[in-house]
Amino acid sequence: MAVFGLSVCGVLAFVYWSTVSVIDDQSDATIEAEIAGLAEQYAEGGLPGLVEIIRARSADEARRRDIYLLTDPLLNPLAGNLTRWPDEARGDPRWVDFRIQYARTPEAPPQVARARTFRLQGGFHLLVGRDLTERVAFRDTITNALIWALVITVALGLGGGLLLSRNFLRRLDAINEGSRAILHGDLTQRMPVTGSGDEYDRLAQNLNDMLDQIARLMEGMRGVANDIAHDLRSPISRLRSRLELTLMDQGEPAKYRAALEKTIEEADAILETFNALLAIALAESGALRESFERLDLGALVRDAAELYQAAAEELGQRLEVDVEDAPAAMGDRNLLSQAVANLLDNALKYAPKGGTIRLSAQIAASGRAEIIVTDTGPGIPAEARRRVLERFARLDSSRSTRGSGLGLSQVAAIARLHDADVSLEDNAPGLRVRLNFPEL
Amino acid sequence: MRILLIEDDAEAAAFLAKGLKECGFVIDHAATGPDGLHLATTERYDAMVVDRMLPGMDGLHIVELLRKEGNTTPVLILSAMGGVDERVKGLRAGGDDYLTKPYAFSELHARLEALLRRGRGTPAETKLRVGDLELDLMARTVTRAGRPIDLLPREFQILEFLMRHSGQVVTRTMLLEHVWNYHFDPKTGVIDVQISRLRQKLDKDFDQPMLHTVRGAGYCLRAPG
Repeated sequence: MAVFGLSVCGVLAFVYWSTVSVIDDQSDATIEAEIAGLAEQYAEGGLPGLVEIIRARSADEARRRDIYLLTDPLLNPLAGNLTRWPDEARGDPRWVDFRIQYARTPEAPPQVARARTFRLQGGFHLLVGRDLTERVAFRDTITNALIWALVITVALGLGGGLLLSRNFLRRLDAINEGSRAILHGDLTQRMPVTGSGDEYDRLAQNLNDMLDQIARLMEGMRGVANDIAHDLRSPISRLRSRLELTLMDQGEPAKYRAALEKTIEEADAILETFNALLAIALAESGALRESFERLDLGALVRDAAELYQAAAEELGQRLEVDVEDAPAAMGDRNLLSQAVANLLDNALKYAPKGGTIRLSAQIAASGRAEIIVTDTGPGIPAEARRRVLERFARLDSSRSTRGSGLGLSQVAAIARLHDADVSLEDNAPGLRVRLNFPEL
Repeated sequence: MRILLIEDDAEAAAFLAKGLKECGFVIDHAATGPDGLHLATTERYDAMVVDRMLPGMDGLHIVELLRKEGNTTPVLILSAMGGVDERVKGLRAGGDDYLTKPYAFSELHARLEALLRRGRGTPAETKLRVGDLELDLMARTVTRAGRPIDLLPREFQILEFLMRHSGQVVTRTMLLEHVWNYHFDPKTGVIDVQISRLRQKLDKDFDQPMLHTVRGAGYCLRAPG
């Protein structure tokens, strides 16, 4: 507010000085010019010539605002329209301001005048000036106008400022209240968005997005805790039971040996599950996005296919690779390869002998890069397809096989990290998994 | 072979030291970062195993300091932090290999042996030879007892790695890392299948097999006899 007020004052002061000083300068310049002209007359025509001119000009209606006075050395008037030499002009100051009274309007108040005095050769005094009343009136009008302008501007400024700050404070309050509610535990609270699209709305929207992200991460953490309980309790209990039984058994070293080897196997399985869960949590946290680089999806898919080729053949399956259009995406080569490997693991497991597995990378009609893995196995029933991508999900039939369920949820987590869509479709027969990447 | 082990977990250290001693190594153990750094700079070791989570210090810091001083002892970094970016961090700090906990002892042993061989320096050779098996890096050909063996490009790379680590245990994860640059473990036994195909090509027509499976650990290429 202070800055605003000061700048307004500055502008108005500038306007004032410009106009007023111009007026004053103009006035003085005119008088100077007159005097110069008269001095020339005096030089040419002497005193009589000067007197003649002054008489003529004084009588001139057009010059009724002009003031002339020529006096002898004793200040007795010789010619002009002033009745006497003004007191203020005694001593011949260069410029003098004084008041005059018009003879024809004696009841009117004295007018303001300004004049220049001149000492002529021979001691004669010459005074040339102007009635400044009009100018003064003009100046007063401007001053008034400027003062009103200042007052109105200040009033508007104050009023506007108050309105704005009230609005601002109200929006801030809304955000503060929302934050308090969240701090007190209501995590579903979101900031109000008025839809006006202004900065406060954008702030509120950004805060809401942050809150959504935090909610997702927290859900992820909860998920990990749940998974650890769900997926690890059973194998760990199995392990424990086996060891207990072996101890009770008191058999020969060979039996102990066998039990210990099985235990190591089980421990490895637990570790695998544990690692998968951690990897999912890491992928979901989005921390790895910083190290993303531009990936040639065709090359990535070909490398993965090459790794699995021999294994597929051993199982009597055909693994085909199809790369078209040079699809590319921003990502982490290792993670995406792992996702593709998970999909190939599943495809190899479920495709029947003689079945075909197809791994392709291309650019879809939408312009988005895609990786597709298909197999000719039993597929996944439509209702189950959505569930399968969720963390817990496993189809009941595959419950006994170790590590199988988490593969797809790991794929989903990696896809999410890459902002890619995962969709499961019917390959008729079999399963088609499609990873759809955002455009670069 | 003298190994320095910097690990603050007493039990893990005891277990590791015992295992490595049985493999024929001489082990020095430091339980704190400063102790480890002191030993590393005052004694000579053939390799070091450094845990990252040391009290008040990241093991990587020790590695950085050693590298700055010009110490080129091969370092195997152990860490509970396993993301690929952590691995990259470890290698960038000057580590030579990175293993996440929990690990199989055989894995650590295999990688340590590989490090030690690398540490001894590999002269720039164009031909690798193990027994009667010869691999020409320039011509990209493989012969055994003079007979040419036809390999796919990937099989060639696998064999090259096995030959560079002949006599040592090469784990599946080491192969995945060095040949495919993958830092994960596929469920399907893809490496097993690749190895058995390679073994077919290498050993089938010969009485003495060279490519062996080491149960619970990995594979080993050895000259017969």
